[in-house]
Amino acid sequence: MEVPILKQGDYLIASIQSALTDADLSQLREALVERVGRFRSRGVIVDVTALDVMDSFAVRTLRDIAHMARLRGAETVIVGIQPEVAFAMVQLGLTLKGVATALDLEEGLNFLNRRGKERLDRA
Amino acid sequence: MSVKEANPTPSGGKSRTEDTAALLRELVAHLRQNRTQLREEWARRITQAKLLTAMTEEEVFAEATSVYDNYVEALETGTFEALQAYARNLSERIIPRGVETHEVVGIVLLLRDTMARSLFAKYHEDFDKLNRILDAYEPAANRIANTVAVGFVQERERIIRQQQEAIRELSTPVLQVRERLLILPIIGVIDPQRARQLTEQLLRAIRANRAKVVVIDITGVAAMDSNVANHLVQTVEAARLLGATVIVTGLSPEIAQTLVTIGVDLSEMATVGDLQGGIEEAERLLGYKVVPLAEAQPA
Repeated sequence: MEVPILKQGDYLIASIQSALTDADLSQLREALVERVGRFRSRGVIVDVTALDVMDSFAVRTLRDIAHMARLRGAETVIVGIQPEVAFAMVQLGLTLKGVATALDLEEGLNFLNRRGKERLDRA
Repeated sequence: MSVKEANPTPSGGKSRTEDTAALLRELVAHLRQNRTQLREEWARRITQAKLLTAMTEEEVFAEATSVYDNYVEALETGTFEALQAYARNLSERIIPRGVETHEVVGIVLLLRDTMARSLFAKYHEDFDKLNRILDAYEPAANRIANTVAVGFVQERERIIRQQQEAIRELSTPVLQVRERLLILPIIGVIDPQRARQLTEQLLRAIRANRAKVVVIDITGVAAMDSNVANHLVQTVEAARLLGATVIVTGLSPEIAQTLVTIGVDLSEMATVGDLQGGIEEAERLLGYKVVPLAEAQPA
């Protein structure tokens, strides 16, 4: 199943609705990285609220998305990781190092807005 | 007298079972007849062996009487359910008094010995009969000793489990001190099971309270090894995945030294000396500023 990617101002929002195959994940990664450039996006939010399992490939893909998007000039934040999923991930050693996380979509947007403001302040 | 007669094989068929039953009946009759004397002898030996010191002599005698009667009944009927129930009931009464496992096993074995001695005294002239009586008596007596000891230990374990459960339920509050700020005071020993429960509870609370910052206070944790430290690191990382920052406070000098010595990597963790400092740091992260009323701008 293809993941819908919504453009919201400067941000892209990818909301995962159901369990994804590895191919779907790769497709999501490519689509996001491509669209960051096309829409000149400043931020990417990947919403994983609907996922109750996350395997190592999914975690690696999310990390790749974050790093690739950063290289293309956009900050990524993963939102909506379930408590059980977080617990399992940590036990498996999949900790998404270096990737921003937030509780839900609202928090993710706040985070990106704050980041954007910091960047403006610095400029 | 041949050896075979002296030690009849246990697998003797039907006649043998009847024989055993008859011998046990005789045995029980003997034990009933000498109840008073044997019971006193037993109680005397308990006192002599300095067992059940937590109980008064009258109590020991009263318990001895009921144990004796249950013992004889178990020998007679060959069923152990009543004895099991009695053993459990007895354990329930004497465990809070501080009676130890070795004492319970000790008194049951003493009773077994006392009875065996009385059998020696009674049948010492007929060695063959004594042998057969003991053949009937010993398996039953051993099973009784087993039943009582197991009953006692099981009851103890049940009580321990119950207490552990109670401690666990009491021990892990997650408290909200300010909008989006939680504190988790940890007191006592952290074992893997408790660490798991702590983490689960914290993650659920982060979600429910939409927390951004969590202060974990470990002032009450006496000792820490690499396992516990790793649990803590895992908790911190799991909380981060939910978008919350964790500040650990109250590491004692001893714990700090231990952690550095055993080489646990806590570089990912924000640590602050005490709970007060941790809460102040958390407030800074959340954008609060606490000022005395006098200095506050009038609204």
